[in-house]
Amino acid sequence: MTCDEAKILLHALLDNELDAGHAREVEAHIAGCPACAAEIAAQREMQRVLADTSLRYAAPANLRARIEASMPQPQRQPTRRSVLRGFAMGSAVSALAASGVVAVVLRQDDQQRILSEVVSAHLRSLQAGHLTDVISTDQHTVKPWFNGKLDVAPPVIDLTAQGFTLVGGRLDYIDARAIGAVVYRRRQHLINLFVSQTASAVYRAPKTETMQGFNCRRWGNRGLNFWAVSDLGADELAEFVDRFEAAMKGNVEG
Amino acid sequence: MPVSDDLQKAQRFREMALPYLDDVYTLARYLLRDASDAEDAVQECYLRALKHFDSYRGPAMKPWLFAILRNVCNAEYARRAHSHTAIEDTPEVAEQTPIWQETEASPETEVLRSRDAGAIRKLIDALAEPFKETFVLREISNLSYREIAEAVGAPVGTVMSRLARARAMLRAAWMAEEEHSK
Repeated sequence: MTCDEAKILLHALLDNELDAGHAREVEAHIAGCPACAAEIAAQREMQRVLADTSLRYAAPANLRARIEASMPQPQRQPTRRSVLRGFAMGSAVSALAASGVVAVVLRQDDQQRILSEVVSAHLRSLQAGHLTDVISTDQHTVKPWFNGKLDVAPPVIDLTAQGFTLVGGRLDYIDARAIGAVVYRRRQHLINLFVSQTASAVYRAPKTETMQGFNCRRWGNRGLNFWAVSDLGADELAEFVDRFEAAMKGNVEG
Repeated sequence: MPVSDDLQKAQRFREMALPYLDDVYTLARYLLRDASDAEDAVQECYLRALKHFDSYRGPAMKPWLFAILRNVCNAEYARRAHSHTAIEDTPEVAEQTPIWQETEASPETEVLRSRDAGAIRKLIDALAEPFKETFVLREISNLSYREIAEAVGAPVGTVMSRLARARAMLRAAWMAEEEHSK
């Protein structure tokens, strides 16, 4: 081995990048060459000093924030309530006056806020590991799982034959209350069916709304409120709701 | 629908790429020598990386991000070409110079004194390209030779000779400064 070669390879030796054979060759050269021995000693010394020095930079926090902000992300829409809460806390408005305003605004804005929460819950469920607490395509496994977890027994209906596969169930929180979510899949699309109890037993016809690119079909029947949320097209989501209601009717009457 | 696909993709990207933010920023600081230029370059790097994330096949995220950052920085160099030279291979000038030339004159017994990080950063900053980036990728970003080769798009042999030369130059500059400050 020549000094030319050794002066390059000794760095690979320092960096543990050489295989055993080449390492032995470089070591053998260094043992018989004072100049190369001095060079590797000097380089080892420099590497040691460098390793003891903090040469990295930390990215400023605002850079991280800028990058985060430039990426598509599941963002909770600020609800009227949180906006008002921030306003009330940050201003001279008395707590009493603020809560009065909140109550008024919430009554007008309830449906919109709940829709926003439902869509947020759907988005959360799409993140890894959040989709289901109980995974089963069997309604007789999913339905009992909800027992004791909710003040309502969400109807769990297998719609596989109709083209909507039961995936599982999950507990979620909407409007600060535990709520049942039954998960279905059509092709690559997921449907979250949220079910909560309501005081009113009046039938409310299905209605589709769109928020953040998701379709949400909500209706009320038999003392339950339903929200079906998906990235499916509005027509297919309506089909899902029709199939679900038809199967429910069949179950009740049958 | 693309909305949820995009969200899932962004989430995966976030989990895989954001942990390297400090690494990417550090490299940008050394390549561009300016804090605010570095921030812009890093942001652009992450934007491009997310855009091309579909074609990312792994396994190592860090060299992949570095390769993208390098392209962004080269564009920045082209933009301000009047003040700096681009990170380009100039073998006819730099790499044909014998690598031991700088240290030949240094006495073998001399030991480097520890210096503060700022002084060492300055010495590194003063290194010419492509030696500086090779040095930073190895010594500060902790990439293997193979990963450096991948990030800069050069053969491993080239990486090795650049690194040897970068270290020789750095040590020579360091010694010269100590000589000067005596």
